[in-house]
Amino acid sequence: MSEASPIEKAGGGVATYVDQRTGSNKFLSKNLGKVFPDHWSFMLGEIALYSFIVILITGTFLTFFYKPSMIEVVYDGSYVPLKGIAMSEAYASSLDISFDIRGGLLLRQMHHWAALIFIAAMAVHMFRVFFTGAFRKPREFNWLIGVVLVTLGLVAGFSGYSLPDDLLSGTGLQITRGIAQAVPIVGTWATFLLFDGQFPGNDFISRLYSVHILLVPGLILALVTVHLMLVWTQKHTQFPGPGRTNENVVGYPLLPVYMAKAGGFFFIVFGIIALIGGLVTINPIWIFGPFSPDQVSAGSQPDWYMGFLDGALRIMPNWETNLFDWWTISWNILIPAVILPGILFTGLALYPFIEAWVTGDKKEHHLLDRPRNNPTRTGFGIMAITFYGLLWIGGGNDVIATTFDLTINSITWFLRIAIFVIPPISFVVTRRICLGLQRRDRDKLLHGYETGRVLRLPHGEFIEVHEPISIKEKAVIMSKTDIAPLPAPERSDAAGVRNKRYLLENIQHKLSGFFYAQNVSKPSDAEIEAGEHHVAHEAALEAPLHAYEDADQINTFHGGVLHHPGMPETNAEQIAGRSQH
Amino acid sequence: MSDVTPHDSHGSEPERLGYSPVADVPHALRVTDTDPKAARRAERQVATMFLLSMLLTVAFVVAYIAIDKTSIIYVPVFGDVGASTFVLGLTLGAAIFLIGAGAIQWAKKLMPDVEVVQDRHELASPASADEEALANYERGKSESGFARYKLIRRTLIGAMALFPIPLVLMLRDLWTAPAGSPSPADLLSVTLWHDGLRIVTDPSHMPIRPEDLPVGGLVSAIPEDLEEVQELEQNMNARTKAAIILVRMDPSDIRAQQGDGWDYQGIVAYSKICTHVGCPIALYEQRTHHLLCPCHQSTFDLADAGNVVFGPAARRMPQLPIGVDEEGFLVARSDFAEPVGPSFWERG
Repeated sequence: MSEASPIEKAGGGVATYVDQRTGSNKFLSKNLGKVFPDHWSFMLGEIALYSFIVILITGTFLTFFYKPSMIEVVYDGSYVPLKGIAMSEAYASSLDISFDIRGGLLLRQMHHWAALIFIAAMAVHMFRVFFTGAFRKPREFNWLIGVVLVTLGLVAGFSGYSLPDDLLSGTGLQITRGIAQAVPIVGTWATFLLFDGQFPGNDFISRLYSVHILLVPGLILALVTVHLMLVWTQKHTQFPGPGRTNENVVGYPLLPVYMAKAGGFFFIVFGIIALIGGLVTINPIWIFGPFSPDQVSAGSQPDWYMGFLDGALRIMPNWETNLFDWWTISWNILIPAVILPGILFTGLALYPFIEAWVTGDKKEHHLLDRPRNNPTRTGFGIMAITFYGLLWIGGGNDVIATTFDLTINSITWFLRIAIFVIPPISFVVTRRICLGLQRRDRDKLLHGYETGRVLRLPHGEFIEVHEPISIKEKAVIMSKTDIAPLPAPERSDAAGVRNKRYLLENIQHKLSGFFYAQNVSKPSDAEIEAGEHHVAHEAALEAPLHAYEDADQINTFHGGVLHHPGMPETNAEQIAGRSQH
Repeated sequence: MSDVTPHDSHGSEPERLGYSPVADVPHALRVTDTDPKAARRAERQVATMFLLSMLLTVAFVVAYIAIDKTSIIYVPVFGDVGASTFVLGLTLGAAIFLIGAGAIQWAKKLMPDVEVVQDRHELASPASADEEALANYERGKSESGFARYKLIRRTLIGAMALFPIPLVLMLRDLWTAPAGSPSPADLLSVTLWHDGLRIVTDPSHMPIRPEDLPVGGLVSAIPEDLEEVQELEQNMNARTKAAIILVRMDPSDIRAQQGDGWDYQGIVAYSKICTHVGCPIALYEQRTHHLLCPCHQSTFDLADAGNVVFGPAARRMPQLPIGVDEEGFLVARSDFAEPVGPSFWERG
């Protein structure tokens, strides 16, 4: 382009002004061209980030109108069915937001939808990171931060869900109180401290409010910042492809393409949330009425992300232990609502370290795994998702029972058994599928892909023509690294010194065998070359046919055998001949 | 945006910045790379989206002012909706969406679509930095004398270990016990019910004569003085513990009760708060006398002393002994014999 426009000049001036005071150009010179790899699945984390920003924006508006108070007031707003009814100020102000403040309901619904999307996007983003092995060295910290973020997301969601103080959310709180009370030794006291005495008390809403608008979002914001800074420093992982290695990043520079795409995507997410918020009702609190501890509506469901805990509570057998007729341990609550999520999230947090230890892998990984190339990890992931899914079904057992005309008892009993049986089956099946896909990949490298074209050779043999796979596909398949299981440890070394770490090393050896022993190894270069040779041979056999297709002459077959050109008339002649008839 | 050059020739500029184009990927040019007309069309598309966005923002402002907040309109597919929320959401959402769509169209059609390569650098610091860091650490250690001054070190650790105590301690008064300093367990174990206290319907607050309740009938009920207590305490704590249901069944159907003669002519009173995690229960099946919790489906048999038939609840529903006063209205004959609601550690 020609001369710098006034805007560009001004921009340069600003950059210089800021640089002289902050040294920002050093950062910009390195980072404006920073390369970001592109893949649709990398947008999942972006959705989480952007919906969080939408939550912050809409939430700030809501705080201006919402009153976190349990003082009883008589409702006098525009929603006629509740006029004159006594309720907490929190509920009354939530109704005002919904009916008397223009755009209030829009903001409230955007806030709620964005929260649901935020948690869903984090979960799916986590699946992507898990199944592609993006959590491996050097990204273990970021995985940990991610697990904490998901947990905080649940807390944020749940604390916000309870603020309107309607009947449905109050019931959720009542359950929370029951769970807190089940914690051994400190539970009763902790519950009294939380609720300022007995449930529901007078203070809980205002306490929850400060957790919801200050504590949790503050932590999330801080951790998201660190999460992104680490992504920036470590550079994003990339999927395998031509020219992509563990030592480079292939993608688009920050300015302009990535900024336009990512920035544009923020507005897309924001816009879609605004559309959903305006068009699709969520949590119609006016229908439920004010909270009362002795009322409930049938079929009450929590937000989706709490469903698995509710399901676990529902399908748990009613075990309770009395210690010396003096103390109570409520296993029926403790196991599903405290121990189970504890194990789930601890396991999640520790997984990168467990896998690194089991496999003895200490290398840096920037090239993503294809899920099939680590069948055991993929199996574990599917197993966990299946387990979670079954609990989630448990959370909707009443809805399922009425929809499909089943009894709640049979669904509950089915799930009680299924959560132990189906996840292991899903593990085995997933692993088999992955290994099958590995074999398929090996096959493609060796023989090319099947074209579906069957050729009869002059001597009568039928063959299916294979064609070489594309450069891109070959690069993707070749990205697989063959990992050998760790060797069995020796009980003692050559000098006869006993190996003190034998037991541990043996476990490691067994587990790494479990991870990798069944993997299908990549063919050697010689084998691939031989395969390519074979494909070339088939291509040569088929070549006359292509010559036929490309030719402007019609070839004829006699007895299925191709006769070479020269004999018949040209296409044009034949067409002309046809039209004459 | 008049002269469109194909972006395939990244040439020297990217390389100067440290890129090299990906070697062996064949790259197909887009129509906008080769056809200036198509490029101008793309430019118009992007600008149109930004323009529409502006118009929609104006429309939002107009709708905010013009549409009455109470008006309801019928929209196909969506049904009857609040006009204000619907139009505000539509205009705001579309206005914002179009900014994003425009930016992405711009990036996809007009910005370079050739992937570039950058090297990764080892994350770990070079050995020299390690040494420098260690040397600095050692210098700090020796200059401060952290290793030498044992007394300072230990007292510092001690002080640091103690200083969070006040912060935690100050959480103690999140709850202060009422007069008489009852423990949480004490408070959870008593309700408003006592001998002679009338049972009234909820929410209509009417005393109940036994003959008012037909066989198979169910009534939610509360203590007569509950409203006063609520007024006094300004909360619903008492209600959470005292809410009951009254059920009348054929006396011959009652197989067991928690105390002899705790019913009144086949009318039994049970707590309404589930012993699992405390949801209020109101799903009663007349034929089986089962009471089902809508939250987690614990099922209790009211004909059999409120015992658990199914579900995650471990404890039976506490029963309230009832009778009638001299005027013939239903009254409690004592408090519950066991704490209502979910179990807790000290409950035993």
